[in-house]
Amino acid sequence: MEDFDAAFAIAIGMIGSADPALLEIVVLSLKVSAAAVLLAALVGLPLGALLAVARFPGRRAVVVALNALMGLPPVVAGLAIYLLLSRSGPLGELGLLFTPGAMVLAQAVLIAPILAALARQVLEGLWEEYAEQLRSFGAGPWRAVPSLLFDGRFALSTVLLAGFGRASAEVGAVMIVGGNIEGFTRVMTTAIALETSKGNLPLALALGVVLMAIVLTVNAAVQVLRDAAARRAA
Amino acid sequence: MTRTMPVPTRRRFALRLLAALAAALAPFVATPPAARAQPQREAGSSITLASTTSTEQSGLFGHILPLFTRQTGIAVRVVALGTGQALDVARRGDADAVLVHDAAAEQRFVAEGHGIDRRAVMYNDFVLIGPAADPAGIAGMPDAAAAMRRIAQARALFISRGDRSGTHTAELALWRAVGLDPAAAVREAGGGWYRAIGQGMGPALNAAAAQDAYVLSDRGTWLSFRNRRTLRVLVEGDPRLRNPYSVILVNPARHPHVRQAEARAFADWLVSPEGQRAIADYRIGGEQLFFPDAAAPASRSTARAE
Repeated sequence: MEDFDAAFAIAIGMIGSADPALLEIVVLSLKVSAAAVLLAALVGLPLGALLAVARFPGRRAVVVALNALMGLPPVVAGLAIYLLLSRSGPLGELGLLFTPGAMVLAQAVLIAPILAALARQVLEGLWEEYAEQLRSFGAGPWRAVPSLLFDGRFALSTVLLAGFGRASAEVGAVMIVGGNIEGFTRVMTTAIALETSKGNLPLALALGVVLMAIVLTVNAAVQVLRDAAARRAA
Repeated sequence: MTRTMPVPTRRRFALRLLAALAAALAPFVATPPAARAQPQREAGSSITLASTTSTEQSGLFGHILPLFTRQTGIAVRVVALGTGQALDVARRGDADAVLVHDAAAEQRFVAEGHGIDRRAVMYNDFVLIGPAADPAGIAGMPDAAAAMRRIAQARALFISRGDRSGTHTAELALWRAVGLDPAAAVREAGGGWYRAIGQGMGPALNAAAAQDAYVLSDRGTWLSFRNRRTLRVLVEGDPRLRNPYSVILVNPARHPHVRQAEARAFADWLVSPEGQRAIADYRIGGEQLFFPDAAAPASRSTARAE
């Protein structure tokens, strides 16, 4: 247990002293994961809503594929994006490899299926309640998607948090496409992996404690905002 | 439609979402990619250096790179990988220069036209690490290859990097020197003593510490490694354990986008008296980790294959 005691002591010390290097890593982690969630939400939520309302041939296959993509190994996603963004790859011109932009893309690819699959699940229930009403207004499935997304916004915030959690906990993909460059693409998870490599286990664990504290804070903040918004809407 | 929102609210919601998205993505698109792709030399420019975990994790870069950046305004972004992987990254044009330690692979890299102007920078050495109990009885042996043979004969646990890194290549050369092929041994009964983990130096040392196994490490990573448990240096000083590092520029003829001028400035600085002194000055606990090698009389410069 000494290791754990040491880790917590270091973690508290780091948070208390607001170590600038740590702060930089924390801010980058938050920025990258937030951007990834928004990017993935832009694709995933409408897709999930559409799958909840539309009935078309092959829909079940799409749903199964989405559910399976939730298990996409991060290393595979990272490798695929690495090959796409590499100078020798089709998108090499963009010069995005080993930049935070590449990390955003990798995390977005990983969590978009999660957002879509969970949103479909959440919104399907809502759609069953509203289908009659919306149809009586003459709204087809396309028109229903925005209404459904708005009405389900409180439930969807949990979906977004799930995406954020997965994105900020991810290490395999961002290590490959970001390169863990100090002061540029080093985020919490890759810093933890690095300190583990150096055999600096208490420091690595302490960074893990800090990461969990951040994720907890973000979740709590969203909970508070959601409650406030729900009260106002009621 | 009790809870379905009125259209203006929905529009405001959508606008807010878009604004949030724009704000979140702005930092990543602030520099237009086209501008970044142009080679340019000015304050605030940067190069990407593909290098090895040994140089990064030993803290060497943390010591010397700020000196270079202060002087030239060129930031060096280090992607730390095994030597094989670092050369692959450079081969694809994803780095401007490499600093690695595997002479044969380096020569191949240059001969194939991927790199130019290979120059010796420094060396350190490998050390054979093992548990204090030393079940194979190799402590103090002057001949590293003979020590490896004794480990194999004792079927004592050995952790191999197994990742095409410079250290892995050096380990395989030692086995070959005594006519052993651990990869073949693994397929035989009782071959479980040899464990290739396919990871970096730090993880290999962690694995050895956890299992009381032998492992070959570069001295720099070993000195900066914290989780030693009972591990210690058992064999060192064999000339075969010398571990030379070279810098190579990625060939701009093959990858026109590389930042040639900045990369060359960095390589020139590394081999300059100033860069060499900075390397020599880096110490952990009073012990020097890397030894300047640029002025060495054509020792490895003869191997230049341009």
